[in-house]
Amino acid sequence: MSMNTQGRPTAPGTADAPVHTTFTGNKALNMEEPLIFEIGRSDICGVDLDEPEEFTPRLGSHARQSGLDLPALSEPETMRHYVRMSRNNYAIDSGLYPLGSCTMKHNPRLNEKMARVPGFADVHPLQPVSTVPGAFEVIAELADWLMKLTGTSAVAMSPKAGAHGEQCGMMAIKKAIMEKGEDRSIVLVPESAHGTNPATAALLGFKVVSIPARDNGTVDPSAVIEKIKENEGKVAALMLTNPNTCGLFEPDIIAIADAIHEAGAYFYCDGANFNAIVGKAKPGDLGVDAMHINLHKTFSTPHGGGGPGSGPVVLSERLAPYAPLPFIRQKDDALEVVETETQLEPGEVPFGRMTAFHGQMGMFVRALSYMLSHGSDGLKQASEDAVLNANYVRVGLQDLMTLPYGENPCMHEVLFDDTFLKDTGVTTLDFAKAMIDEGYHPMTMYFPLVVHGAMLIEPTESESLASLDLFVATLRDLVMSAKRGETQRFEGAPYLAPRRRLDETQAARKPILRWTPPTPTDVEPKAAAE
Amino acid sequence: MRYLPLSDSDRANMLAQVGVGTIDELFADIPESARLKELENLPRRKSEMEVERHLNKLASKNTSASSVPFFVGAGAYKHHVPSTVDHLIQRSEFLTSYTPYQPEITQGTLQALFEFQTQVAELTGMEVANASMYDGSTGTAEAVLMAHRVTRKKKAVLSGGLHPQYREVVEGITSQLPGGEVVSLPADPMGTEDILAQIDDETSCVVVQSPSFYGQLIDLKPIADKAHQHKALLIAVFTEVVSLGLIESPGAQGADIVVGEGQSLGNPLTFGGPYVGLFATRQKYVRNMPGRVCGETVDAEGKRGFVLTLSTREQHIRRDKATSNICTNSGLCCLAFSIHMTLLGGSGLSRLARINHANAIKLADALAAVDGVEVLNEAFFNEFTIKVPANANDVIEALAVNGVLGGLPVSRLEPGQSELENLIVVASTEVNTDEDRAAFVEALKEVLG
Repeated sequence: MSMNTQGRPTAPGTADAPVHTTFTGNKALNMEEPLIFEIGRSDICGVDLDEPEEFTPRLGSHARQSGLDLPALSEPETMRHYVRMSRNNYAIDSGLYPLGSCTMKHNPRLNEKMARVPGFADVHPLQPVSTVPGAFEVIAELADWLMKLTGTSAVAMSPKAGAHGEQCGMMAIKKAIMEKGEDRSIVLVPESAHGTNPATAALLGFKVVSIPARDNGTVDPSAVIEKIKENEGKVAALMLTNPNTCGLFEPDIIAIADAIHEAGAYFYCDGANFNAIVGKAKPGDLGVDAMHINLHKTFSTPHGGGGPGSGPVVLSERLAPYAPLPFIRQKDDALEVVETETQLEPGEVPFGRMTAFHGQMGMFVRALSYMLSHGSDGLKQASEDAVLNANYVRVGLQDLMTLPYGENPCMHEVLFDDTFLKDTGVTTLDFAKAMIDEGYHPMTMYFPLVVHGAMLIEPTESESLASLDLFVATLRDLVMSAKRGETQRFEGAPYLAPRRRLDETQAARKPILRWTPPTPTDVEPKAAAE
Repeated sequence: MRYLPLSDSDRANMLAQVGVGTIDELFADIPESARLKELENLPRRKSEMEVERHLNKLASKNTSASSVPFFVGAGAYKHHVPSTVDHLIQRSEFLTSYTPYQPEITQGTLQALFEFQTQVAELTGMEVANASMYDGSTGTAEAVLMAHRVTRKKKAVLSGGLHPQYREVVEGITSQLPGGEVVSLPADPMGTEDILAQIDDETSCVVVQSPSFYGQLIDLKPIADKAHQHKALLIAVFTEVVSLGLIESPGAQGADIVVGEGQSLGNPLTFGGPYVGLFATRQKYVRNMPGRVCGETVDAEGKRGFVLTLSTREQHIRRDKATSNICTNSGLCCLAFSIHMTLLGGSGLSRLARINHANAIKLADALAAVDGVEVLNEAFFNEFTIKVPANANDVIEALAVNGVLGGLPVSRLEPGQSELENLIVVASTEVNTDEDRAAFVEALKEVLG
């Protein structure tokens, strides 16, 4: 038996694991962390600041009278608070994150380093233009990449995320229609679309008309033509995701684009899934008039727990005049920044402005760093690997799980439905939660809506073969387990995560959206219950 | 390629497993006419060293704020951010996680959001806050749309003290709405406009910025009262969140929605983005609020936990009936904000605000002593407007040549208005030293010669 220097046994099996809850509630490295408001104090500060010399304020009658009850933590306490919290997060850096349509790929740290160079991080959006030529060069260089990769002739750089980019593209379309003096109020959206598509169209006052999917999961041009005829002269645009959210490339996309153009409408493409086709096809060649690009998906800028994103919109020649302010104009060899309407030249008819300043510069630097690193050859390889990885997962699972549209190749994500769970008593949600115990972030669930109990898996190009093999083997084990009737593994899952399933109904019914100091009535019943 | 783990032999094995001969067979659905062989006119891959060289060269063409006496504000502010902030937000678990759709394994992000919401609500004097908007300007537009939903009216009145680019963002979206109307008051450097006269029964909301774009502090209380008489909402806007350490909260003055830019805490200038929009309102309007919201609940063992909640307002559930199309927000920038706020605490923020205010007063007095220069604002926080006896744009360019970034000429954002051509918006924060101020004054004297 192996012993340590104190003579205590260290070999496994020498003591039974005690079944107990710990005094602290911690489980070794997995620590419970209270809220700032429960551990902070008002009489300490984590930043050393000297009171200014005495002065007479010039606040008029505006000085703060109401309290500002926010406690502080010292620097070491702050580090510990957030480090402990961080350990309750799943992340790309810790494991495979197969969230379909989210493209959770590796976030290179070179990008982070470059975004923090003072010449980018420490420059002000409104300092004299003459003092920031390098910033405009970055924007212009990234814009050039985006236009060349998509085969388009203009790009609006300022939108701050994908949905904001959609809004920008649709506002350009609306402006184009207004300029032509037309009245077109309808936007066609396939059933499989992201929720942001109909939300964006409705935000701008369009009426959404849904297009059903064919049995093979793609859009039938004749269904589009039918809706165009039903709404003669009223259709403003089609919003289509390609590759679509079923993980399929729309094979009739050119016919669909032609039909839309013939009707005098515009083709908006949701570019969330661009990672599948970079270097393989240019959306401009497919007839796309506007497409946002999620730099935080395809071009590796970090997702940051839900942002910040960045959603530049590429535009066809027909929509280019309507791109919002600000934009950069290439004049001979120089770059001109156009920020206000007084600077416009004939033919430039911006619909307005999406945001203050110039857009997500920090994300532009990261995305450009990624593109330069890959080069055109590497970007194409990345897309090929992303598609190969998804297909490898598909063939590894298609005999056990069910593909709603048959055993055909997919693009960069593979969609399963829940037919294979029929009569097992296990739902898509249970299945996903059981993956958590196995150390995986679940795939996208119950989306797209066109498939029952959808499970959308996007492994991305960042996974190695060994990683994919283990993932496939794990899912196979879970399916077999469900089929054997081992429902306990699923219905209470996750058992091993920092939290068990959370009560979302209670959260929505009686929303507690901020911390408030406990009152005596809050404390007592709890104490009684214990 | 260093970011791709598959080797050529892996690829060959996998293609065989998948049952295709070449990778292109997997792309067979792309119409033949659109299939690309090669991406032309774009460079090939580069090593880390080469990328650094290329980007550093571009960065070196820019004058960074720390390298010169720096006084530009107007919606983005140069503050000192404690080193702790950037270290913590670069933790993999925060940086490379996504929207917390699976709360069991994203409690870190969710708890941070809950703390952030609490801090924002307390700072603004409101009851609830959301988990952030993209930035202050898009948040302002969302606030106007929310007011339209709450009041079922569509006329927004915008103060002439609102940041001009915020105004343009609001005008851009509302001009495309059926029946949407925006009344934008003329530029108001000294806070003397009569906005009360613009409020009537048709008014959905009044949008007022304090401190204003020009630095002027505005009394929100009478505007709130008048708005409420006409069943309209007061939307209070700020671009400098540090001001809330010293001036009365918009909530205490009767605002219904408070929206602002949070960049000053935790986030670098980064040429305008990414930033973090703060958004707070009254409990009674919470179901009309846009954006993601985090709420407290319990797990199956009764332990406290946090989830994204009230999602029935949101696009992924409601689709075309959603309160907003927002999906991604500013998660990591919220975290940076919240960490900086945690280090400061309420009393630290107030002290930081006093330092800013004291510095701005010193600067205002020093500039007012220069021949022909006039400070237009009597009540201000860390920013104010000066009138110079020359074209402001020329003055700022000449100052830059002399190594001083001396503020924003108003005409850059409000061109073609002769009464604004001599105005400069000047900010001074804790980063400015006596030497910086002296350099500014000397350079200004020389430029105005």
